[in-house]
Amino acid sequence: MSWLSIIVAGILTYLTRMTMITLVDRRVLGTKLKQVLGYVPSAVFPAIIFPAIFFNDYGNLIELTDPKIYGAIVAIIVGYLSRNIIVTIFSGLISYWIIIFII
Amino acid sequence: MLSKSEIFKKGSLDVAPHMLSVIPFGIICGAIGVEMGFNPYLVYAMSIIIFGGASQIVFLQLLSAGASTFIAVTSVGIINSRHLLYGAILSEYLEKLTLLKKLIISYFVVDQGFAESNKYFKKNKNQKNIHYHLLGTGITLWICWQISTILGIILGSFIPDELGLKFAVPLTFIAILINELRKVDQIIVILVSGISSLLFFDAPLKSYIIISPIIALFSASLVLRFKK
Repeated sequence: MSWLSIIVAGILTYLTRMTMITLVDRRVLGTKLKQVLGYVPSAVFPAIIFPAIFFNDYGNLIELTDPKIYGAIVAIIVGYLSRNIIVTIFSGLISYWIIIFII
Repeated sequence: MLSKSEIFKKGSLDVAPHMLSVIPFGIICGAIGVEMGFNPYLVYAMSIIIFGGASQIVFLQLLSAGASTFIAVTSVGIINSRHLLYGAILSEYLEKLTLLKKLIISYFVVDQGFAESNKYFKKNKNQKNIHYHLLGTGITLWICWQISTILGIILGSFIPDELGLKFAVPLTFIAILINELRKVDQIIVILVSGISSLLFFDAPLKSYIIISPIIALFSASLVLRFKK
């Protein structure tokens, strides 16, 4: 990671914020494109979630009994029921810790 | 009629409940950066220069996994492209501002602030100075984000490796997507993206992080066609 890479990423991010407010007429974004942009989080974040859970540090698939899988399942269930971001993260972390340290 | 400072305060208060999720998120972002072995100054600089939680974590994660700078920077752009949507929606209410004010206010557009200010704008369309609400939400979140990443950087140097804090990264993103799991169309896109990322994980230059969202967005446009 270098200063340059952060600055370029920062400029790019600022452009995504500034373009529609300042430069471009908002009608340029058609309804269809707006709808597709609504799916960006669901399209991007699973590409982080899945490999981080199903691969180990060496890039090999983990076994189905891996503590990460249980942690993720607990987080999804607790998150779905509680709708609370912090509770979701910590339920997953704590169940993961219980498995690696106690069981 | 509310004064500028009253509208600003209203923004701060409206966004306050979101602190509960922003603070732990910031702490994780700072702590993870240090755990992954990056220079703490660079980890912190991201919070000022990029100022986008999810994209900062992805940036760290990709670079620590050996992705090229080009791929990491491109991913930040893709993740943050959702701001285009926010901007398009907000621009209606910010039309009358001077160029300089527009340029400044743009920097403070973030997910939670957008959500709260957009609600306020819809209700108070005809009031004067409503943009102070967006400044209120944005600046409050900005301060909160700066403090919590610094806190995370400090804590990160004490947290032992054995805790496997890296696992907090996928958990954080699961938490972000948790409300999307109530909608079938979003679940389809999530599964397409996730499965593609596993299939293309070995593609050169960690390009799976760009290939998967593109496939997923393509499937999203197909899903939209069927929804009609």
